[in-house]
Amino acid sequence: MDINPILLLAALMVASTPILLAAIGELVVERSGVLNLGVEGMMIVGAVCGYIAGHSSGNPYLGFVGAAAAGAALSLIFAVLTQFLLTNQVATGLGLTMFGLGLSSLIGQGSKGSPDLTVSKLHIPLLADIPVIGPILFQHDVMVYLSVAIVAGVWAFLKYSRAGLILRAVGENHDAAHALGYNVRAVRVLAIMFGGACAGLAGAYISLVRVPQWIDGITAGAGWIALAIVVFASWKPWRLIAGAYLFGGVTVLQLNLQAEGLKIPVEYLSMAPYLATIVVLVMIRAGRAPASLGKSFHPST
Amino acid sequence: MLRLEKRPQPSKNWSYGAPLLAVVLTIILGMGLFAILGKDPVIAIKTIFWDPVFGQFAHFYRPEVVKKAAPLVLIAVGLSFGFRAGIWNIGAEGQYIIGAICGAGVALAVYPYDTRWVLFPLMIVAGALGGFLWAMIPALLRVFFKTNEILVSLMLVYVAEVLIKAFSIGLLRNPEGYGMPGSRNLRQYPAAANLDLISGTGFHWGALTAVFAVVVAYVMFTRHQFGFNVRLAGQSPRAAGFAGVNANKLIIVCLGLSGAMAGLAGLFEVAGPSGQILGSFPSYYGFTAIIVAFLGRLNPIGILLAGLLMALTYIGGQAAEAQLNLPSAAILTFQGMLLFCLLAVDVLTNYRFKIGKAEVR
Repeated sequence: MDINPILLLAALMVASTPILLAAIGELVVERSGVLNLGVEGMMIVGAVCGYIAGHSSGNPYLGFVGAAAAGAALSLIFAVLTQFLLTNQVATGLGLTMFGLGLSSLIGQGSKGSPDLTVSKLHIPLLADIPVIGPILFQHDVMVYLSVAIVAGVWAFLKYSRAGLILRAVGENHDAAHALGYNVRAVRVLAIMFGGACAGLAGAYISLVRVPQWIDGITAGAGWIALAIVVFASWKPWRLIAGAYLFGGVTVLQLNLQAEGLKIPVEYLSMAPYLATIVVLVMIRAGRAPASLGKSFHPST
Repeated sequence: MLRLEKRPQPSKNWSYGAPLLAVVLTIILGMGLFAILGKDPVIAIKTIFWDPVFGQFAHFYRPEVVKKAAPLVLIAVGLSFGFRAGIWNIGAEGQYIIGAICGAGVALAVYPYDTRWVLFPLMIVAGALGGFLWAMIPALLRVFFKTNEILVSLMLVYVAEVLIKAFSIGLLRNPEGYGMPGSRNLRQYPAAANLDLISGTGFHWGALTAVFAVVVAYVMFTRHQFGFNVRLAGQSPRAAGFAGVNANKLIIVCLGLSGAMAGLAGLFEVAGPSGQILGSFPSYYGFTAIIVAFLGRLNPIGILLAGLLMALTYIGGQAAEAQLNLPSAAILTFQGMLLFCLLAVDVLTNYRFKIGKAEVR
């Protein structure tokens, strides 16, 4: 067995980034009291739109912008349905995933990319040259750092800002928040759109960096794993990083073991990330969910 | 300024009218989608909805619609119990796959066995049991560890997909198949085949079971204590608790029931229309059944009609794919739109639109 631990840990950060991005978006959505099960759908639409925007403009960063916009636009369908037409959030989220899978495949038909579009890796001066730690932590593309920065931003927003406090109030007790004069629906629509944009970024990271190409169904359940990680993290931003990197680790290790030609057949190894999700859900006693999570709000009640 | 006002009582008329309005809205939106794809929208809609039932080649399409509808209705009826009680089994696709593996596994293990009245019932039991046990994983984890059944059942779909791929090239591979992936074809195995009961109608054992399930579920919901408990738990978990409904038992029964029915659907599919354990066996019936359940408003009769309609979009979609070169993903998108429209118009049952400004409350 000669798996290089440095390369493994570096690959882990890349593998974890899409899950982390999607999960931090969903965390904000759930803290506002909305359960959006459409992460997978928004992710895959982000993946295809980001791919097309990136390759047609020749600039991967424009691809990420396009993906975020597409994810937010798709999430708007969910926002209108659940917030204004008061639909069941579980069913609407599932519908969003199906719709997104179909739509992405339609949009992606015949799309071609150029092989030389790459997201360049940063080489952070000095830090990148530290042995061991340098290659693991400081030689990645900008999106890896952006995902961690978004987590830090969300943490600070929820903990220290007034707007963050309002968002949490809406998620804990929408009737009380309404009585205090806060616009519950507006807060939730904005949160849902933030979640959509993050999911879009996550999808684009898969189609522009991780794989990088467009294939139907490319997200392969990553959106659902992101949902599981939000529960795993007990709705706390910093714990998301631990969760996402743990899952990224399982995925990468599994791929490496396959490459090493381990005795276990490939098929059984590729179950590992999904089984790990279940095991973790069982082992971690989930913290308290936002009290209004998944409940519809109508100002008359 | 348009605003929503809660109705004092849910509207009876709209509870029947809403699904119809949703279908009409979806057809209009779908025409827009097909027009964007550069197809004549009227011809596309006619190819999908009219031709398979009344067109020139309807005698070929109608049995196909029945074959598609059977698993959808069977799974959706099972899911409707859980969905009414607020228990979300999203992993019916996985239970469907495991049911197929277990049922086909029994038949293949004793190949070539020729006493049909022994083997076929055994396969049915194995299929139902497989789906049931697969659904017990999220059920028991929810009861004992409070894990989220949505996520666990869904993760198990991916595991089941991997399993069926592994079995099709491993344990269940046809030993006379020249190394090709896939099991023996159960359609050519007389004791195990699930063929049409009346030849040429598409009405096989699965369809019969689906109709039976619709009747039983209808009686359960309207006449039986269990159906009442399910509805009570969904509408008011606290009241259900006071009325003596055991929440944990309800979780196990609802998930087990939907799992067993999904497993049955898988068995009838693998022994009939599909015929083989193959990596491409999973066909999203388990997910589409969720739309069917909602389209039928979680009502058994509604589910039967919704299943037929949804099957029609599949078969019509295949016809449109062949004749108009409409991409198959368009149908998936179309089905997603159908679910959106349906959920959206549901608001009319419980709320009404008012014009004018609401007073400050």
